[in-house]
Amino acid sequence: MKYLHLILVNLKRKKLRTLLTAGSFLVALFLFGLLMTIKLALSGGVDLAGADRLVVLNRVSLIMPLPIAYKEQIQRMPHVADVTFATWFGGYYQDMKNFFPNYAVDAESFNRVYSEYIISDEEWAAFLADRQGCIISPALVDRFGFKLGDRIPLEGTIWQGTWQFNVRGIYKVPRREMLTSELWFQYAYLEEQRAFFKGTVGWYVVKVDDPVNAVEVASAIDARFRNSPFETKTDTEKAFAAGFANQIGNIRLLLLSIGGIVFFTLLLVTGNSIAIAVRERTGELAVMKTLGFSDVSILALVMAESLFVAAVGGAAGLALAKLFTLGGDPTGGMLPYFYLSGKTLVAGLGLALAAGAVAAFIPAVGAMRLKIVDALRRV
Amino acid sequence: MVRVDGKGSGALVEIRDLDKKYYRGGEEIDVLRGLNLDVDAGEFIAFMGPSGSGKTTLLNLIGGLDAPTAGSIRVAGEEISALSGRKLAAWRARHIGFIFQMYNLIPVLTAYQNVQLPLLLTGLSKSERRKHVETALGLVGLGDRMHHYPRQLSGGQEQRAAIARAIVADPRILLCDEPTGDLDRASGEGILDIISRLAKEYKKTIFLVTHDPVAAKRADTVLHLDKGTLLECTAEGQFVCEPEEKVQ
Repeated sequence: MKYLHLILVNLKRKKLRTLLTAGSFLVALFLFGLLMTIKLALSGGVDLAGADRLVVLNRVSLIMPLPIAYKEQIQRMPHVADVTFATWFGGYYQDMKNFFPNYAVDAESFNRVYSEYIISDEEWAAFLADRQGCIISPALVDRFGFKLGDRIPLEGTIWQGTWQFNVRGIYKVPRREMLTSELWFQYAYLEEQRAFFKGTVGWYVVKVDDPVNAVEVASAIDARFRNSPFETKTDTEKAFAAGFANQIGNIRLLLLSIGGIVFFTLLLVTGNSIAIAVRERTGELAVMKTLGFSDVSILALVMAESLFVAAVGGAAGLALAKLFTLGGDPTGGMLPYFYLSGKTLVAGLGLALAAGAVAAFIPAVGAMRLKIVDALRRV
Repeated sequence: MVRVDGKGSGALVEIRDLDKKYYRGGEEIDVLRGLNLDVDAGEFIAFMGPSGSGKTTLLNLIGGLDAPTAGSIRVAGEEISALSGRKLAAWRARHIGFIFQMYNLIPVLTAYQNVQLPLLLTGLSKSERRKHVETALGLVGLGDRMHHYPRQLSGGQEQRAAIARAIVADPRILLCDEPTGDLDRASGEGILDIISRLAKEYKKTIFLVTHDPVAAKRADTVLHLDKGTLLECTAEGQFVCEPEEKVQ
């Protein structure tokens, strides 16, 4: 701590340069925060997927349905604890730009399989009692001002016409990153009103008795329906989410490429800034060595200056990114898991410090190796 | 007691057969050749000689800022040319105080903070450091300007602060490289008064490099350095022994 003052006064001697260097970290880490948030959002919450849940799809395509009769057959299989299903509805509210995910769910089983969503008994009972009832996300409450009892008209994109829904419940989530902007309504309502695909569902979600049995159950389901008109493809929910994300392309490579370029530029900017600062203070560093500061302590002081700037600039950038993401999904439903996690914040800060250390390393080694006599001659 | 014949023993500083060569543009330059020097504790020595004669080089070697090409430098029984970089830095912090011609204060630190620098390397508490710094600044007459930055001080005051920095850790040896070279006569006299007081009252062993006979007169012994060798002379440049009798 006794050296902190020394670090601060050195940083303050060229305030604009320090500010600009810290600003580079701010921009880079803000971008990092956003890129990581988008990555998580695009990967559909792979990290949040239940380890004990399987998703059963039509083997041909995600958009092809499966018979509703499969539910009972799956239910009877060994290690299957519960089964539910859902069908993508794809309606929008008033205007296409107001799109949010909405689907028909099996009202009888859905909240048992997705027990992480918190809905009061009264609200669930009200939902069950109303064929046009729906459960909505608090994100939709924030976005459109919906409240219990409101009537929401959705324009159907698969099944045409205006479909009316009554808000009977608003779910809660235990972790903010689980907050998506969804609307669920009763499958029975869809089945009653739609003109085609009757007697089918979009996908099944199977809860296994123990995650260790997941692979065995998935194989058994696919084997059970092999050679039928509706063959299945069963995956863990995590694999399903990852597969869904990969349809968009290699997001990871894309984000890593953008992030890599940003951090490489950051290294050049910071390295140059530190190198200039060291060159300007050659005489002073030599005097400090004369007074008894060791080579290593000089190296540490130069590194500490860079790390301080990296930490302050990086933390500010991450804080801004966090603030930005607190506003929720800016696309209105395309990025349902728009959340900057604590783990990403820590990783970002670590990355900033690593960049600060790498950028300062060469100038700091130069300062460490400085020959006192040569440097004093230059003063 | 000061000897240049290499026959002394038990002195605080013992230099034997010291050579220092520099290489510039492929050319070898002999700065010091077979130099011997014995200096007892509490001595005040002035080095005089023409520019390029090796005065500052000798001072740097005694202070462990540079390494000899050959020969040995023992200070308080310790062979400093054998010390590693880290040990040498610690040794300097403990035994040596440097005073430069251009003061070399850190411009972004106040006089107090500049003087405190060597104490950051010690295990002293903040209050102990404060006490030491105030004592050192008081001794050089800067007690009332300790929170001024170097740019707010006159040249003489800057050099006083530099002296305070050199003595704050209570080193045994002070190495002064033309400390009055950048000052007017009155300021220079003030600095020399302080250096003389440090020698007489505080028994510091002082090596002063100067071109100024007036400054050299303050020393107990004046040594003339020319062509890499030492011999004793008066401040006016008259040799105590004949040059041909000098012992390297």
